[in-house]
Amino acid sequence: MQTLDLAQSDLRTLNATLQTAATAGGNETAWEVVNPRGAHALAVGLDGPLSVTVRGSTGYYCAGMNKQATVQVAGSAGPGVAENMMSGTVVVEGDASQYAGATGRGGLLVVKGNASSRCGISMKGIDIVVFGNVGHMSAFMAQAGTLVVLGDAGEALGDSLYEARLFVRGSVRSLGADCVEKEMRPEHHALLADLLERAGAPAAPEEFRRYGSARRLYNFDIDNASAY
Amino acid sequence: MSDDTPPRARTVPVQSATFSPEINAEIRRAAETGIYDIRGGGAKRRVPHFDDLLFLGASISRYPLEGYRERCDTNVALGTRHATKPLELDIPITIAGMSFGALSGPAKEALGRGATMAGTSTTTGDGGMTEEERGHSRQLVYQYLPSRYGMDPDDLRRADAIEIVVGQGAKPGGGGMLLGQKISDRVAEMRTLPKGVDQRSACRHPDWTGPDDLEIKILELREITGWEKPIYLKIGGTRPYYDTALAVKAGADVVVIDGMQGGTAATQDVFIEHVGLPTLACIRPAVQALQDLGVHREVQLVVSGGIRTGADVAKALALGADAVSIGSAAMIALGDNDPKWEAEYQALGTTAGAYDDWHEGRDPAGITTQDPALAARLDPEAAARRLRNYLKVMTLEAQTIARACGHNHLHNLEPEDLCAVTMEAAAMARVPLAGTDWWPGKPGGGL
Repeated sequence: MQTLDLAQSDLRTLNATLQTAATAGGNETAWEVVNPRGAHALAVGLDGPLSVTVRGSTGYYCAGMNKQATVQVAGSAGPGVAENMMSGTVVVEGDASQYAGATGRGGLLVVKGNASSRCGISMKGIDIVVFGNVGHMSAFMAQAGTLVVLGDAGEALGDSLYEARLFVRGSVRSLGADCVEKEMRPEHHALLADLLERAGAPAAPEEFRRYGSARRLYNFDIDNASAY
Repeated sequence: MSDDTPPRARTVPVQSATFSPEINAEIRRAAETGIYDIRGGGAKRRVPHFDDLLFLGASISRYPLEGYRERCDTNVALGTRHATKPLELDIPITIAGMSFGALSGPAKEALGRGATMAGTSTTTGDGGMTEEERGHSRQLVYQYLPSRYGMDPDDLRRADAIEIVVGQGAKPGGGGMLLGQKISDRVAEMRTLPKGVDQRSACRHPDWTGPDDLEIKILELREITGWEKPIYLKIGGTRPYYDTALAVKAGADVVVIDGMQGGTAATQDVFIEHVGLPTLACIRPAVQALQDLGVHREVQLVVSGGIRTGADVAKALALGADAVSIGSAAMIALGDNDPKWEAEYQALGTTAGAYDDWHEGRDPAGITTQDPALAARLDPEAAARRLRNYLKVMTLEAQTIARACGHNHLHNLEPEDLCAVTMEAAAMARVPLAGTDWWPGKPGGGL
């Protein structure tokens, strides 16, 4: 395993090293970052089958726009972890701040602690599994992908939702505009079972409720104006 | 009763200035349909504009340059502050962001081709980067918008610059809108949306709030792209002094400021006409902010919203801009609102020059549509030549004025070359009212 020490190296050098290693291929696929000290934009823009472990907590946008790589944060992550992820896996061992997985288009984000507000905001295909709770306005304007919450969800879950699928095991403080509870059919159990297994999540599909879009806001109707 | 009674004198019918026929018609339309009026374009109301400024030209105190023989350069570099690969443009007129989705594929291709032939850049829009525009644009600016539709790090890396869109002049504080008629299969796939649904873009970015976060977002984008790309920040004209200062603080290389005449693909008419500042009112405060921070010309200023002629270009540059950007004018150059389609405009209940229902996707000129038959009406190569010609003409016009003012580069134009013909324009542009050395608000006061 190669080690990059942010106490000895600057951010640009660290990211350039990881980005080059990711695209170059080769045998050096395992990396660790020590002394992250809450730095922003750590391990961003990776595009290749790299495995990066960050030993500590990170600032904003860790693993932003990730493709193919696996990034593990052995600590907590600041706002926007794995934002706009395209593919690959990001695992946060601790908690995640606001906007976790925002606008993500693919890949898997696992938060083993809690995620703050707007988790999965505007998600476009990413799968997110949160072992704890998620804050208010999670999955706001979520377009595609799956958000799984083993704990509770805050206010206005799934507000202005498009086609993303939401599963919550605990309570939901309130649903956002156009978000409704839906029937759990066999295909949803299968989808959830696969996702829980891939995330290593300690839960069973039958413990969850499913939420999705009522699709009342898809084409403007004055009688629904109060929901806008 | 006799019929030869003289007619009783009557008052002439008077239409209310407050309740004009247009206002009354809009009240009836709203009452009937239950939806606000949505349209494309920018503010149509009369506001102080570049037409209210005049150049003084040369005289005994200044001598002009000889047209066609003495050089007047037009090049500009955008992104010299931090980016290792600034955009080097031959002319200071760029093509503004317009989305594939709002515009057809051939229209986007024509913009790329025309801009490239003229030596300038074009810009993507809400909905991602298409192969057509990347392939035909030598210098392409990739917009980074609140919706993040089609946002792809590979596109970031193959762009020549990145424009973070905070707002636009037609609707500062508002989000995007693309109604279901234009969400074709391809547009739906690019935006990860079901076909035919109304696309509602957010008005704020999903993962940052305020200038402190923005600074970190810019850091992330630079780290992903190796600090090569210029980072533009586009803002709607509202509080240009403070917004420009905050853009500089956040680390932008280029500030793009868009006045209320700047167009949009579709939004509420009430928003377009009643929110934001005229373009003319934005420039001097933005320049003042750059000067106060000691970064005028180091951080470039691009002005957009109602730029139509070389005179407009020259006036914007004289007030301190480094470049301008055009959207509506570029569409007209391609063929938008051309009178040759008048019969079809009439059938749509409008007329050439006034057609602004771009969101309906029925554009007779084949530009603001996703209908394959209509889109096929636009020959991208011929439209590109028209755009190239128009850009060349505007550049020549601006050079003509600059030479007449004695300048060998468009960037040497300065406020002292200008006067204003209205009090409002004098106040906004901070140049003297014609024939005086005074403008409203001038430090030190009177004549």
